[in-house]
Amino acid sequence: MVDDNRKSNLPPLTLHIPEPKFRPGDVVDYSDLDIPQAGAQARPDINTAPKDMRDMVYDMVRVLDDGHKAVGPWDPKLDDETLLTMLRTMVQVRTFDDRLHRQQRQGKTSFYMKCTGEEATSVAAAMALHADDMCFPSYRQQGILFVRGYPMIEMVNQIFSNKADKLKGRQLPIMYSSRELNFFTVSGNLTTQYPQAVGWAMASASKGDSRIAAVWCGEGSTAEGDFHAAMTFATVYNAPVIMNVVNNQWAISSFSGFAGAERTTFAARGAGYGIAALRVDGNDPLAVYAATSWAAERARTNQGPTLIEHFTYRAEAHSTSDDPTAYRSAQEREEWPLGDPINRLNKHLIQRGVWSDEQQEALDAECLEAVKEAVKEAAKNGILGHGLHQPFETMFQDVFEEMPWHLKEQAAQANKEREIKWPS
Amino acid sequence: MAVMNMIEAINSGLETMMERDDNVVIMGEDVGYFGGVFRATAGLQEKFGKTRCFDTPISECGIIGAAVGMCAYGLRPVPEIQFADYIYPGMDQLISEAARLRYRSAGEFTAPMTVRSPVGGGIFGGQTHSQSPEAMFTHVSGLKTVIPSTPYDAKGLLIASIEDNDPVLFLEPKRIYNGPFTGYYDNPVSPWSKFAESEVPEGHYTVPLGKAKIVREGDAVTVLAYGTMVHVAKAVVEEHGINAEVIDLRTLVPVDIETIEKSVKKTGRCLIVHEATRTSGFGAELSALVQERCFYHLEAPIERVTGFDTPYPHSLEWAYFPGPVRIGEALEKIVRDLKS
Repeated sequence: MVDDNRKSNLPPLTLHIPEPKFRPGDVVDYSDLDIPQAGAQARPDINTAPKDMRDMVYDMVRVLDDGHKAVGPWDPKLDDETLLTMLRTMVQVRTFDDRLHRQQRQGKTSFYMKCTGEEATSVAAAMALHADDMCFPSYRQQGILFVRGYPMIEMVNQIFSNKADKLKGRQLPIMYSSRELNFFTVSGNLTTQYPQAVGWAMASASKGDSRIAAVWCGEGSTAEGDFHAAMTFATVYNAPVIMNVVNNQWAISSFSGFAGAERTTFAARGAGYGIAALRVDGNDPLAVYAATSWAAERARTNQGPTLIEHFTYRAEAHSTSDDPTAYRSAQEREEWPLGDPINRLNKHLIQRGVWSDEQQEALDAECLEAVKEAVKEAAKNGILGHGLHQPFETMFQDVFEEMPWHLKEQAAQANKEREIKWPS
Repeated sequence: MAVMNMIEAINSGLETMMERDDNVVIMGEDVGYFGGVFRATAGLQEKFGKTRCFDTPISECGIIGAAVGMCAYGLRPVPEIQFADYIYPGMDQLISEAARLRYRSAGEFTAPMTVRSPVGGGIFGGQTHSQSPEAMFTHVSGLKTVIPSTPYDAKGLLIASIEDNDPVLFLEPKRIYNGPFTGYYDNPVSPWSKFAESEVPEGHYTVPLGKAKIVREGDAVTVLAYGTMVHVAKAVVEEHGINAEVIDLRTLVPVDIETIEKSVKKTGRCLIVHEATRTSGFGAELSALVQERCFYHLEAPIERVTGFDTPYPHSLEWAYFPGPVRIGEALEKIVRDLKS
C-alpha cells in the first residue's frame, strides 16, 4: 500500500473505458471529424522511403470532390469503361447482399453478412490488382469474388450449404474459398489471414515470382496479435504484400476506440513498423483504386509492404445475428460525411456525361434479376436444414488426406445413426 | 550408414529433404546462420542459402501463420519452435488454421508443414523449457503428432512427416538428443554411438507415421510409452526382471491401435508411461482405448505413470520426473498376482 501522506496529494487513478460519441437516439454531429479536401494530398513517388511519407498516415487520400469530379495527383485517370465496370460490380455486390440477407430472414440459411457501404474497399481494390495476385480476405470482401468473375450461383450454393456447395456444406455462409481465383479460404477467427498473407508473399519473393499478396481485416481486429506479427514479418522480410485495414468504425457493438482509434489512426500503425502507409477515403472508389495501384507497384518492384487504412462506415448490421439499433445512433449512417461509394461513383459518371439516372435504374433492375436467377437456380440444389444435401461420408473427408482408423470407426457409427434417424 | 546422435539424424533428415525438394524451407528463431540453439539446423543455411533456411522474429504466431501462407503458395515449410513451451502463441494458427485448412476449403488449400519442437525435461530447464504439451495437440482434429525416441526413427519419421500432405507436429525429446536415458540422472550420459539405433542411413528413407515399434518383446505386461520414457521404461522393466512388452508408439495421432490391442490381449496387463502432466494427458486416451478394446482380456487395472500435475519445478526436477521408482512401483503392482 502507498502510504497515506503520498496518496493524499494525488488525485486517485481513474481507468479510462472508451465510449463512442453517439448512442441510440443521439443527434449525430461529425463536425470535429477532420475530412481534408479532395485532391489536396501529395502523391509520393513509388520509391519514397516509408520514413519520408509519414504525414500520409494522418491525412486522407481523396479523389472525388464535392462536385463529383476526380481531382488531384491521386486521380487514377481510369477510362469510362473501367469506371462503369466498377459501378456495375459494386451495384451487383449490394444487390446480392440485399437479396441474400432476405433469404436468411426467410429461413433459407443460418447467417449472412453484408458489406453495404464498404463495397469500394474490396471492389476497387481488387480491380487495381492482377487477377493472379493472391487475396487473403476477411469475411466482408465478397466484392473480390465479383471482380474476379466468381459465379453468383456458386456463392449462393455456399450460402445455402446445399449439395452443390463446393465447400461440402462445412463453412458458415459467406466463408468462401476459391483457389482458382486466388481467393484464400475465409476464416472465422479474426486476422489469422494477416501473417498467412505475409508468408505467401515471402514465398512468392523467395521464388522470384511476380505475384503479390493482398490481405484485409477490420479495424477492430488490428488488436489481435496476428496483426502485429504480420506487420513485423512484413517489414523484416520486405514482403510484397498490401495490408488493408477496413476501418468501418464498428466491430459488432464496439466502436473503433476499442482498437485504439481515440489516440491515433490505424494507418499510423505502419509508421511504427517502418512500413509505408496510406489513409484513404474508403467510400471514394477512385481513391481506393489509386492507393491500391500505388501499393501494388511498390510491392511488385521489391519496395515492400504497404498498409492502407480505408476510412469507411459499416452502414448495416455486423451480421444477421446483430441489431445495431441497440448500440449506435441511426443518424450515423445518414450523416456519414464521406457519403456512399456507389452513389459517389454514380454521380461522378453522370458528371462525366457517360451515365444517367435512367441507366442506373436499368442497372439496378438488371442486377436484381441476375441475383434472383442465381438464387432460384441455387435453391434447386437445396437450402439449409431441408434434407441431407451433402453425401454423408463427406463429414469425415478432408480431415486428413487419408482417413485414419479412428475416423473410419466414427464414420461407421455416423452411418449407423443415419440409418436409424433417416431409414431409406 | 553413419553413426549419428538424434540431433545429427534430424539435421540429416532436413538436409535430405532440402536436397530433394526445393519447396522445403526451414525457418525459426536462431535456425539460420547460427544453426539453432540445439544445432538441429547447423550448416543448412550455408548449404542451401538464406531463402531456404532463415531466422525469424520471436513470434510463434508469425512463424506458424507465415508457414500456412507459404503452404498456400505451394511450399513445404518446416518451422522450428525453439521449445515446445513457446508454442502457445502459435496455437491458433496451428489449431484453427493449419489443422483445419483442408477441411474448411474442401481440399482447395492444405498445410503440408512439419512443425519441429523440442519437448520434455531432465535438462534443468525449469518450467518454461521442460514441458510436454503433446496432449493439447492430440486433441485437435486434422493434426498429426509424432515423437521419435532414437536417431534412426527421428530421421525416418521426420522425412515421412515432411512428405506427409497434412500438418505434423514433430516433438523431439531433448533429454535424449545426445544419448538414451535410463532415468538415473546421476549416471553419465551414454552417447548414442554406443547403441545400434545410432546407425542411420545417409540418404532418404522413411519410418511410416502411425506405426508403433515393439522395442522389447514380452508376455507379462504391455508398457506403452513414447519419447524419453521408452528408454526409462525399458530400463526399469529389465531392472525388475519383469518380462514386459515395451511399445514405442512413435506416432500419437493416428495411434497404432492394432499393435497396442494385439499386445494387451496377449499380456492382459497394461502400463502407460508419459512424462507429461497426468490429468487429461495422452495416457488417459490410451487407457480409455485399451479399456474399450481389451477389457475382457485384462487381468489387472490399467496403470498410468506420469509427471505430476504441477509445473515442471527447477530444483525438484528429479522428484517430478516419472523415474524408476514411480514406474517400478506401478510395474510391481500390475504384475503382483503373477508373482504370487
